[in-house]
Amino acid sequence: MGEVTYIDAIREAQHDVLQDDERVFIYGQDVGNFGGAFKATKGLKELFPDRVLDSPISEDAMIGMAVGAAIEGMRPIIEMQFADFSSVAFNQIVNQAATHFFRTGVPIPITVRLPSGGTPGSGPFHSQMMESIYAYYPGLVIVTPATVADAYWMLVDSIALDDPVLYCEHKFLYRWLKADSMKGDDRLPIGQARIVRAGKHATVVAYSAMVHEALRAADSLSEEGWEIEVVDLRSVKPLDTDTVIASVARTGRLLAVGEAFPWGGVTAEVVSRVASEGFHLLDAPPQRLNARDTPVPYHPNLWEAHRPTLESISAAIRNLLRL
Amino acid sequence: MITARTLESKLASLYKAGKIVGGVYIGPGQEAISASLGSCLTWGHDVFAALIRDQGGRTAFGEPMLDATRSYLGSVKGLSRGRDGNIHRGDPKAGLPAMISHLGAMISVVSGMLLARRLQGKLEGVVGAASVGDGATSTGAFHEGLNVAAVEKLPLVLLLANNQFAYSTPTERQFACANLVDRAIGYGVEGHEVDGTDLLASLKVISEAVERAREGGGPQLVVANLLRLSGHGEHDDASYVPEALKNSPLGRDCMTVGENQLLEAGMITTDELASWKSEAAEEVQAAVATAQQEPSPDPYQDDWRVFSSPELSEHH
Repeated sequence: MGEVTYIDAIREAQHDVLQDDERVFIYGQDVGNFGGAFKATKGLKELFPDRVLDSPISEDAMIGMAVGAAIEGMRPIIEMQFADFSSVAFNQIVNQAATHFFRTGVPIPITVRLPSGGTPGSGPFHSQMMESIYAYYPGLVIVTPATVADAYWMLVDSIALDDPVLYCEHKFLYRWLKADSMKGDDRLPIGQARIVRAGKHATVVAYSAMVHEALRAADSLSEEGWEIEVVDLRSVKPLDTDTVIASVARTGRLLAVGEAFPWGGVTAEVVSRVASEGFHLLDAPPQRLNARDTPVPYHPNLWEAHRPTLESISAAIRNLLRL
Repeated sequence: MITARTLESKLASLYKAGKIVGGVYIGPGQEAISASLGSCLTWGHDVFAALIRDQGGRTAFGEPMLDATRSYLGSVKGLSRGRDGNIHRGDPKAGLPAMISHLGAMISVVSGMLLARRLQGKLEGVVGAASVGDGATSTGAFHEGLNVAAVEKLPLVLLLANNQFAYSTPTERQFACANLVDRAIGYGVEGHEVDGTDLLASLKVISEAVERAREGGGPQLVVANLLRLSGHGEHDDASYVPEALKNSPLGRDCMTVGENQLLEAGMITTDELASWKSEAAEEVQAAVATAQQEPSPDPYQDDWRVFSSPELSEHH
């Protein structure tokens, strides 16, 4: 593993689009001279003083401002300090931004960065996965990069899109995930999933940080002779059903893994689509593994037992292989 | 004002005749303040986030009447092609954003439009206005939107129609401050108060506020006191409005007050007034007839696209 981190890629992508496109600006809490709570905008205020702006603690107004600026031809990047706080902006996201093109024909090219997911000790209000909530609403694009290069390219591509994008960046990956190169050599468009590990006995569909847990589980099962295919959805809306179904056609078995709460959501959508469109391909009932149906707990012992892990994913795959 | 009152009367009749699907929301009693604001703004240059009682302001700002009748009557040629109706219509690129129903939500959108103009070096001499009522002042979006406009010192004019009722809820169940204009102090913006039933006073106060914003004075909060002379919508008989309030000075009809003011000042004659009214009636009749003759949206013709980027559409 190299030394370029996932958050380096997020910072660099923003730097590059600010440099290349005068319509782009960053608006969010503490994003200016402070460089953001996670330092994703470090140094950008000095380079682009007029286009990196601190906002008050007003998530609703931040998105309202972004929608207004987008109407006027700008391409705002909004940093939510934590994905959890976007609940305050819910109305502006789902009613204003998401409906605007459908209602008026005027597109809203905004990118909302959502620092998502759990890290030890973060607790109920700094750990949430919001992608399923927003994916429910028509008119929003939801991306969940799981690699350094995807973090870079999917942010660049999100900002270039004419439609509102919720860019779900996983906080656990910020400094844990490293690569040799920021841009990689496998750029895919938004809406296309990637098979990150080929296999033939079962398909594990995952996204965001769970891709790495799934890969670890596949590694450990390979020692027992199981070849597990892992699909990284990359974007949950649009959802690349074709790649998922093609994988299930090869393996006959499906486990969908997500870090979100279990009721509905991305894993339910994946299972539902495979069941309805690829039922004949299945050799076993399709399975889901999610976080527990409780708020995300604070203590690391509880948190580890709340989300899917190497152990619980491995157990779920073993169970699937027995069905 | 006359055009708006005439159009809205016609829309109310069409609603009662079952010719309009969905709600009809009209603004009798608020034409003086709304039209005063609209007349201070320039179409294609300024921004105006009209709310539900702003036909006066929309007309004065420059919204074509056909946009209104097409929207209400469900013509596919309307601004949203039947995808949204009535007062949710807008022409964002002309400076008239399309409102959502969630109150206070348009304040930050106007602020964002102004912020964009600043970033583009095009803010000089521009004003962005937003209309709200007393009910909207209780929302978080109102607070966030006005606060952020103040922080950015944007040329925002917030016209607050204190029309005594939010649907059926009277002001004493809406807020506890002595006077809504006092809130301007807390936001660090300039506040103005006016008798919204008084046309000439409204024109004076609102145009001064617009000028203050235009010349760099930052956000302006204008509180206009008046009474809503209709139900919340045409489905609502407003039986909860006390007679005493209707008969109080707040219950004056700004149209009558305005006509008398202009006649007494010798600014217009009764003949001119009569001819304006008949011109308005003809214009309304034509706009309704045109919209009624146009096709309705066809679900098989609509592309149902929610994304501007065609590659994002899923085949599900």
